[in-house]
Amino acid sequence: MTAETTGAPAAFNPQDVLRAQVRWHPLEILFWLATLLPFVLTPTYLVLCSQVAFAALFALSLDLLVGYSGLVSLGHAVFFGFGAYAAGLVAKAGWGEPISGLFISMVVAGFVGYLVSFIMVRISHFALIMVSLGLCLLAFELANQLHWLTGGDDGLQGIEMWPILGTFKFDLYGKVAYSYTLIVLFLSFLVLRRIVNSPFGLSLRGLRENQRRMPAIGAPMRKRLQVVYMISGAFAGLAGALSAQTTQFVALDALSFQRSAEVLVMLVLGGAGRLYGGLIGSIIFIVARDQLAGMNPQYWYFWLGLLLVFVIIFLPNGILGGLAQLVAHLRNRRS
Amino acid sequence: MTEIALSTAGLNKKFGSLVVAGDINVALPRGARYALIGPNGAGKTTLINLITGMLRPDSGRILLGEEDITALAPDGRVKRGLVRTFQINTLFPNLSALEAVTLAVCERRGKAGVWWKSLPSYRDAADEAYAILATLGLAADCERPTRQLAYGQQRLLEIALALAAKPRVLLLDEPAAGVPRSESRELFTAVAGISSDITILFIEHDMEVVFRFASRIIVMVSGRILVEGTPAEISGNERVREVYLGAGHG
Repeated sequence: MTAETTGAPAAFNPQDVLRAQVRWHPLEILFWLATLLPFVLTPTYLVLCSQVAFAALFALSLDLLVGYSGLVSLGHAVFFGFGAYAAGLVAKAGWGEPISGLFISMVVAGFVGYLVSFIMVRISHFALIMVSLGLCLLAFELANQLHWLTGGDDGLQGIEMWPILGTFKFDLYGKVAYSYTLIVLFLSFLVLRRIVNSPFGLSLRGLRENQRRMPAIGAPMRKRLQVVYMISGAFAGLAGALSAQTTQFVALDALSFQRSAEVLVMLVLGGAGRLYGGLIGSIIFIVARDQLAGMNPQYWYFWLGLLLVFVIIFLPNGILGGLAQLVAHLRNRRS
Repeated sequence: MTEIALSTAGLNKKFGSLVVAGDINVALPRGARYALIGPNGAGKTTLINLITGMLRPDSGRILLGEEDITALAPDGRVKRGLVRTFQINTLFPNLSALEAVTLAVCERRGKAGVWWKSLPSYRDAADEAYAILATLGLAADCERPTRQLAYGQQRLLEIALALAAKPRVLLLDEPAAGVPRSESRELFTAVAGISSDITILFIEHDMEVVFRFASRIIVMVSGRILVEGTPAEISGNERVREVYLGAGHG
């Protein structure tokens, strides 16, 4: 393929090369069509499906930091939690309109991301992990202490959502909930896909590839980091808001270390730095947890641990990374 | 006529008690080709780090044209046309050469913060990047990830990234570092082909290359400028012979 283009330099158009990377692949379309299957195949599992959908959005938001910008985080639940509490509190205060609730949560979590970025631009690598973890623990304890506001240990109860667009009421079977989360996930995916394929997205990858070179080509690193933390925070907050609205409950665990760790595991399982990695990873993680916990509730972390070790050792770029390698290998052998 | 592109005034830097830059005064006229030579540890790279803002001087001033840039951050200096390359490859291993240079072009044009438009919609940025790669002979391999490029090609990409920033002053830190002698000539032919509007200061150890490509030479020893002059003056200078050329480099 490349031999053809380089063989005739006159016809070579660099724009085409860049365009080929952002084009929709048929498998992508297939993937999104497949997200509709649960409505037909597993209509009793739609509640679980909506959990997968907001977890997937959460993983996508983390991918922007970890996979694209090379900024490791072990405290991403901060943004998820702020988004969840914001959505929950707004609804509890009497404004149960879901869509504006989502926007409010995004703004709140995005602002938290903006604030956090001022600390994060000063540090790198190991310090990033520790500081993000520290912030997450701080937020958790804060929410725990503010019992009057958050319900503390008992969680935020009494959230009542109005019907979406005044028409669709959240039902017991999760049909509306899954439709709603899926639509929000898809729209967010379109935005995030555009972001990673933009000049800004390229500069994030530049940041990941070489922090030292970026200033030497004139990149204002601080500004870039502020924007990426803001965007990532906003989408994590959106995921949190979806969880609050669809379950009509916010548990303290929305801000927990465990949630931060789990989303990282989902991303690593699926493959960081390739959007679909987070999507696939969250599907595998949550479906596996559901199935394995059904067999033996206390034992499921054993299998998760085994899967994680296996993936890290044999597929360092995650499941999708491994598949991509396999496809490239087969293609080379054929040609 | 002799418009000064870059100058320093009394630049000082100490690491503890070690003087790495002592009262450095240079003035490079526009379009000049300066070589910076000196034994290892003379402070050549430190001087580049000081000029580009990667190190802060203890005292002294740096002027780009008329403008005092001493307080500017590195990226601000690049924006104003003061660009460097690195002695050790400082590239983007998993970006293709085309992506890397397109990124640098976008940064220069102030478009790299745009997240709402897709990269391919900036057709002229990609075209410009490709043209830069073509002048350096990298066109055929522009789609390959940087890490797969041959070492010599990576050295050229170092320069391509710097050129994408449209420099007025270009500081090349041993552009041919680690490249075999035969190839280093090729590399410097590419350097010689850079527009004569651009002022160039390069660090190099190969004296033949220095004498061939530099119009003037600055000799540094122990953090200080020993002497500055034309190649003929430098090769005839007794002190230079003593401290530098005589010491196993001749």
